[in-house]
Amino acid sequence: MAAAAATPTVFLLMVNGQIESAQGLEEGISQITSKNRDAQQALVWNFPIDITFKSTNPSGWPQIVVSVYGPDLFGNDVVRGYGAVHVPFTPGSHRRTIPMFVPESTSKLQKITSWLMGRHPEFTDPKVVAQGEGREVITVRSQGFVTISFNVVTKDMKKLGYDVSPSDMHSVSLTDGIHNH
Amino acid sequence: MNSLLLQTRNSRIAMKMRGVCLPPVPSTSRTSFAEFSVRERMREKLKAARVRIFFFMQSEDESRQMQEDESQMSSRVKFRDSVKKLKQKSHVQTDFPSAEEAYNFFTFNFDLEPENMKDETKSKKKSESNQEEEEGKEQESIDEEDCLVNDREDLFIMDQMACDFLVVKPADYKSYSERLQKEREILFTPSILTVPMSQKVPENMQPRYLEDEGLYTGERPIVSLSNQNILENRMLRQEQGKRWFGDDGKLLALPSPIKQSSTRPPIFSLEEGIEPELETLYRKAMKPMHANQYIVGSGDPQGQFQLDIDISGLIFTHHPCFSREHVLAAKLAQLYDQYLARRQQNLTKLLTDKLHALRNAVQSSLDNSGTNFKFIHIYIYRQTRRLRDAEQEKDRTLLKTIIKVWKEMKSLRDFQKFTNTPMKLYLRKEEVDQRSDKKIYEAEIQAEINELLEEYMEEYEKKMEEYKTELQEWKSWKKAQKTKKKKKIKQSQDQEEEEAENSEYGEEPVKPIPPKLADSLEVEQQVREKAINIRRKPGEPVLIPELSLTESVTPNDLCPRAEVLRREDVKKRSVFLKILFNTKEVSRTITRQISSDFRVHFGQIFNLKIFNWPESLKLQIYETVGFSSTNLLAEMFIPVPETTVLTGRARTEEIEFSSNQRVMLDHEGVGSGVPFSFEADGSNKITLMTSGKVSNSVSWAIGENGVPLIPLVSQQKTGIPSALKNIDAVASIGTSGLTDMKKLAKWAAETKLDPNDPKNADLMQLIMVATSGDACVPGFFRLEQLQQEFNFALDEELNRSKRFQLLQLRHREVAEFRNYKQVPLLEREITEKLFENYEKRLHERDVIDSKDHLDAHRALVAKYLQKVRESVINRFLTAKHHFLLSDLVNEEEVPSLGNLGLSLFKLAEPKRPLKPRRKERKKVTAQKLSDGDINLLVNIIRAYDIPVRKPVLSKLQQPSRSSRSFNEMFAASPSPQSPTHSIDWTFNQVLVHPFVEVSFQRTVCRTTTAEGPNPNWNEELELPFRAPNGDYSTTSLQSVKDEVFINIFDEVLYDVLEDDCERGSGIHTRIERHWLGSVRIPFSTIYFQTRIDGTFKIDIPPVLLGYSKEKNLGNERGYDSVRSPSEGSYITVFITIEPQLIPGDPVREKLYYLLKFDTQEDEKLLQAAEKYQAECALKFPSRQCLTTVVDINGKTVFITRYIKPLNPPQELLNGHPNNSQAAAELVARYVSLIPFLPDSVSFAGICDLWSTSDQFLDLLAGDEEEHAVLLCNYFLSMGKKAWLIIGNSIPEGTTAYVLTWEQNQYVIWNPSNGRCYGQFDTFCPLQSVGCLISFDNIWFNIQQYDSPVRINFDISKPKFWKSFFSQSLPYPGLSSVQPEELIYQHIDKAAALELQGRIEKILKEKIMEWRPRHLTRWNRYCTSTLRHFLPLLEQFQGKAVEEDHQAELQKQLGDYRVSGFPIHMPFSEVKPLIEAVHSTGVHTIDVSNAEFALAVYVHAYPKNVLSVWIYIASLVRNR
Repeated sequence: MAAAAATPTVFLLMVNGQIESAQGLEEGISQITSKNRDAQQALVWNFPIDITFKSTNPSGWPQIVVSVYGPDLFGNDVVRGYGAVHVPFTPGSHRRTIPMFVPESTSKLQKITSWLMGRHPEFTDPKVVAQGEGREVITVRSQGFVTISFNVVTKDMKKLGYDVSPSDMHSVSLTDGIHNH
Repeated sequence: MNSLLLQTRNSRIAMKMRGVCLPPVPSTSRTSFAEFSVRERMREKLKAARVRIFFFMQSEDESRQMQEDESQMSSRVKFRDSVKKLKQKSHVQTDFPSAEEAYNFFTFNFDLEPENMKDETKSKKKSESNQEEEEGKEQESIDEEDCLVNDREDLFIMDQMACDFLVVKPADYKSYSERLQKEREILFTPSILTVPMSQKVPENMQPRYLEDEGLYTGERPIVSLSNQNILENRMLRQEQGKRWFGDDGKLLALPSPIKQSSTRPPIFSLEEGIEPELETLYRKAMKPMHANQYIVGSGDPQGQFQLDIDISGLIFTHHPCFSREHVLAAKLAQLYDQYLARRQQNLTKLLTDKLHALRNAVQSSLDNSGTNFKFIHIYIYRQTRRLRDAEQEKDRTLLKTIIKVWKEMKSLRDFQKFTNTPMKLYLRKEEVDQRSDKKIYEAEIQAEINELLEEYMEEYEKKMEEYKTELQEWKSWKKAQKTKKKKKIKQSQDQEEEEAENSEYGEEPVKPIPPKLADSLEVEQQVREKAINIRRKPGEPVLIPELSLTESVTPNDLCPRAEVLRREDVKKRSVFLKILFNTKEVSRTITRQISSDFRVHFGQIFNLKIFNWPESLKLQIYETVGFSSTNLLAEMFIPVPETTVLTGRARTEEIEFSSNQRVMLDHEGVGSGVPFSFEADGSNKITLMTSGKVSNSVSWAIGENGVPLIPLVSQQKTGIPSALKNIDAVASIGTSGLTDMKKLAKWAAETKLDPNDPKNADLMQLIMVATSGDACVPGFFRLEQLQQEFNFALDEELNRSKRFQLLQLRHREVAEFRNYKQVPLLEREITEKLFENYEKRLHERDVIDSKDHLDAHRALVAKYLQKVRESVINRFLTAKHHFLLSDLVNEEEVPSLGNLGLSLFKLAEPKRPLKPRRKERKKVTAQKLSDGDINLLVNIIRAYDIPVRKPVLSKLQQPSRSSRSFNEMFAASPSPQSPTHSIDWTFNQVLVHPFVEVSFQRTVCRTTTAEGPNPNWNEELELPFRAPNGDYSTTSLQSVKDEVFINIFDEVLYDVLEDDCERGSGIHTRIERHWLGSVRIPFSTIYFQTRIDGTFKIDIPPVLLGYSKEKNLGNERGYDSVRSPSEGSYITVFITIEPQLIPGDPVREKLYYLLKFDTQEDEKLLQAAEKYQAECALKFPSRQCLTTVVDINGKTVFITRYIKPLNPPQELLNGHPNNSQAAAELVARYVSLIPFLPDSVSFAGICDLWSTSDQFLDLLAGDEEEHAVLLCNYFLSMGKKAWLIIGNSIPEGTTAYVLTWEQNQYVIWNPSNGRCYGQFDTFCPLQSVGCLISFDNIWFNIQQYDSPVRINFDISKPKFWKSFFSQSLPYPGLSSVQPEELIYQHIDKAAALELQGRIEKILKEKIMEWRPRHLTRWNRYCTSTLRHFLPLLEQFQGKAVEEDHQAELQKQLGDYRVSGFPIHMPFSEVKPLIEAVHSTGVHTIDVSNAEFALAVYVHAYPKNVLSVWIYIASLVRNR
């Protein structure tokens, strides 16, 4: 990421899981950001997303999928990284740093042409990164990290028999401040 | 940096200061840096060098002294020192001076006395450090700056002291040899020579090899011998080094932990070239045997194998009910069998002959040839003689035993005074000629004696030889002894010693005894004795026993009671055999009584049709006593026959069985497992077990065509690398081999399995158990033994939990629960109802109920289709989880050079232009959608040729004013009821008020009412779309079965004013709508096509009562004549979905990819097909090109195999013997009557399955392809030129049509409705032509246009058509998948009639049901009239009967206003019929006095194809 991120970068955020119902913003596109001028040169989005999930079953616990896009040398929007992380299940404030990756081209020739054309390989569906299925057929290259902070509130988890914390609170809500470097 | 700078400056200052007191230094020159000339610098350097040498020579004390002096010399020096100290301190800490130090440096006053002390120590330290430097140079190096400073300082000292200290000393050097010497003292180099065994093993002990003793020693890790030796040598030097050695004198070592094969598969990078030997090879997957389970007319011939088991009978060699006599009889029979066997072999005779021959040979060899030969002959001869003697003895004893047993039996019979067995032994005496016999006997004996003597002689000679040599030795020893004795006399003093030596020397050799010569008399005696024992006496008659069953068994009434009881018991007993195949009972024999001789005859042959590989074949013998329960007597395994054993060639084998059951009986029967005796005193007890023999034969059956029905064995053994074979038992003999213990044992023997290796313990135990026989093998194998410990609930509990079940079903994506949301939290919240449907479905899977289906056959077919659908969906579900790279990653293809250039050119373009260009409508991926997001846009533009109302005919009675048609009132009143004025009337009247109603998913929208037969609406209707279960995934959308109904109605106004006097003040009218026709477009078509734009033929019933087509008026409209004179009405619509959905099709391709490998086609052909398709797709990506299709078994089949002339039903051809055109139409109609079932709906858009024509006719359901193939085949058999067209049509989308060449023009047939169109018919629904297919080729359309009107169908022109088989790839003569001939059942008219009645009844009930608030009256008279019309309609296929029909009806029902029409449908189920009736809305009439008429006619065609006509009408009485 750091190598190519001299130019502004946008990212798309998506929260999803096999949860039975969700209210709130399931998807969002952040503003375009530029590199910080300080020594670390991080990209800061500070993009909030707020969502509430409801389920009786922890199967398919929600995950947050982050896809980062940014223009390349020729100004084409290319994907800069995909990453996903499970929403923490304990209430409170959490910080997660997601390693990001992009799919690799299948051959060296394609790598060159994709670079020339500005059409790097992309996932057909960003949700792919949140599931294990089909991952065996792709090769990826890691590119940078995205930091997400979660503020999680839960309710009635205990009633459902999931004891994750001493407190009983409701609804999972996320607010995210994102750093990327 | 700073410090360095400071320092140099300081030192310079110091130097300057010193320079004042030191005369030789040219101090003046150093006052400033600028004056420092090059020369002086040089001099300085020289001096410095000199000083350094000197300084090195200095002793420590001196230097210290000097420095002390120096330090005290001047107070200013302190300053230097303090700086130095400071610097040193800072040096110790960091490169930077601390804040305090820095402060000190700049502000310090440098006059402080106490610094002195420190100074001294400091200098001492420094000098020490110097010293260290001098000595070793290996200590941590002092900072260069330090040295620098020191040098400078010492420079002054040195200058003071001159060269007094200079001592020259050579560098310290030790010679190499010396060093080696020294090293040798310290170091130890272990030798690489092998350590003698004696050193490694504890003293006085031999090395012990555990492996030789049979203990398991693992394989030692491989270490090179030299390393091993080094290690051993080293170990031995250590204290207690010997404990590192084992008993065998080797270092103790664990078995080599290295596995023979690597656990982790090698990782291949995509980018690097894979070595050829590591390349992955593709092997075709082997199909499991029973993948194809439901078979209707389509069997996989591979799946049928047959094993014939012939069980002829059973003989008990012992049974509890045996009497003593039986026991003896059995014994006798056994012995006799043995005798017979021996006699057949006739070993004695054989050996005797051989003996004679050999004797002759020996004799002859004695005469002429060398001794070598002789010896061999003699050796063989003797061997043979010995053998013969043994055989003769056996024969003799057998005979004796037979006689003995027979005698016993006879005495037993005498004793018990009855006979039980028909066994009788005759001894046939064969008299022999006494003299000659004796002569032979004597000769034989003489010969033998001679031979023996000879033998003894030989032996004697040999022994004599030995004796002589021994004697010689003894003599020589003796001599030696004597000489010693002589010596002894001479040297008497050594005597004692000598003697001791002597005694030590060894025991005195015994004097050998000379062998005895054999006595000929003795030998003779011996031979004679033997001969008497084993041979018939001379002159004694030859005894030949003959066993017969001629003895009469004493009848029951003469027997004692115990015997009678026994016999009765035997009669009560019966046996049968069960045949167990793979431990499953497959069949059993009939139950047979045990006969009195304990033989049971079955004589049954069982044909086992098998699907699974035979692993075991077992027979179980059951015995029943009276009416009590059966009792398992014994089990026996029959070997599965070799594949070469075929029926007819198999030999009957007898397999022995025995049981260890203990049976005691209270009658004469001896029981089994119970000791009994033949003697009166009860001595000499014997115990017998139930045993017997089953004679059977097992063989593989031979199929009808002479092919043995044997499963392929070869497949099991191929493909296993031989390296693995030796290691893994399972891999090397296959899993089935594991059950075959013999094989396993054999394998174990072959591979020399180490029986002591703990790894093989299980296997060895298994083999031991198997070979030893009876011990039981554990019947299970558990992978995770600990699983049970971790289960928090029992499996049953989990299964009982409804919630868990629900979650599981949802996870498995079972249809009912696939999108189930919000699984309730608590068990009690889940209702039973939830599972009801699912369970019902599961339950009914195999139950065929004919309730929903009026026809049993159709019920069967529906079930079958359901199953096929399920299996396809299961395949699809697995395919869904199988991903390709292209499913997950969007990647640009490598562009060709031209493209690359273009794209490079594009680079120069502005990236985000200010003026954007027009783009395609945004496509929405289906996942993000929810209810209400999708709308169906239907744009109704116009319609042509809508039927118009008919003028009321003159025959009609004048209607009463009040009930006249409202329109009529306006239009017709000027010239009422005048037949002559009918034309005027029609001109003035508004003919029809049509409007269009679109209904989709129970939402109904209608247009405004337009006027006239060619209305123009141009209205856009918007209908919301809801996906089933709110699931907007691609697959779910694909399987939406809803249809868009476009119904055209006529709006009719009726004046219902009851009272004429109100007419002036008010209008009271009733609006009625009359259904005119409809167009149905399935949603899936819209979804796949994304938009539908075109003119469709309105489906108008052949007869619309009260309406007529405006044919007579047609001439007046100008454009009508331009249009093709086609009958029927048309409507132009435009339908699309907003927003545009992406029709997801990857699943289909994926499935195709999965299925592609399951094929029996030639690999080359498939490759060619792929290439051809790719080439075609490159040129015209939008045109359809089919080369291979998937058949109903999921196999890929080349498409031309489907095309083959097939006979149409003879009945259809008979109808029009002369008119081929009519016959063709009739055939097309027949094909169109087969119900239509689109694959894409039933199989959720996954794939097209092509069934063959016979399957299609069996199933009576299929989609366009099957219809088209069948029609094409019929046409071919009728002698037409016909091709299959693959193309696009409206509204079906991709479809198949049939093209024929008739009377110099091409005709296109739509197989799904039987209509035909000329090539230039504009209303032909076929929009584009992709390719043509005949039985031997495929032609792809490479013309510029693909519309049938604009293309040339001449396939012989390669410019227009690209053929698949060409000169480069000639047609290989592919065999057809179609049957030889289609067989049609006869028309079952009775069944059709019955069905007709049932449908009518159901429909009538339904109509009454739909009118809950009104009384539904049926007009019988009208119904019967209608019923009369229907067969006519069928006969004329709904054409040209309208006029008569109308007239007839009017005549008969003059005073009724009749509106109604016949509906025609192919019959599949009742439900569509009901739907069709309902959609017409006839029942909605709510006039209170309305009457109804409904008639049904079912016309049966061959093969149970039914055409259904429903005539429905409503009648309102004109008052």
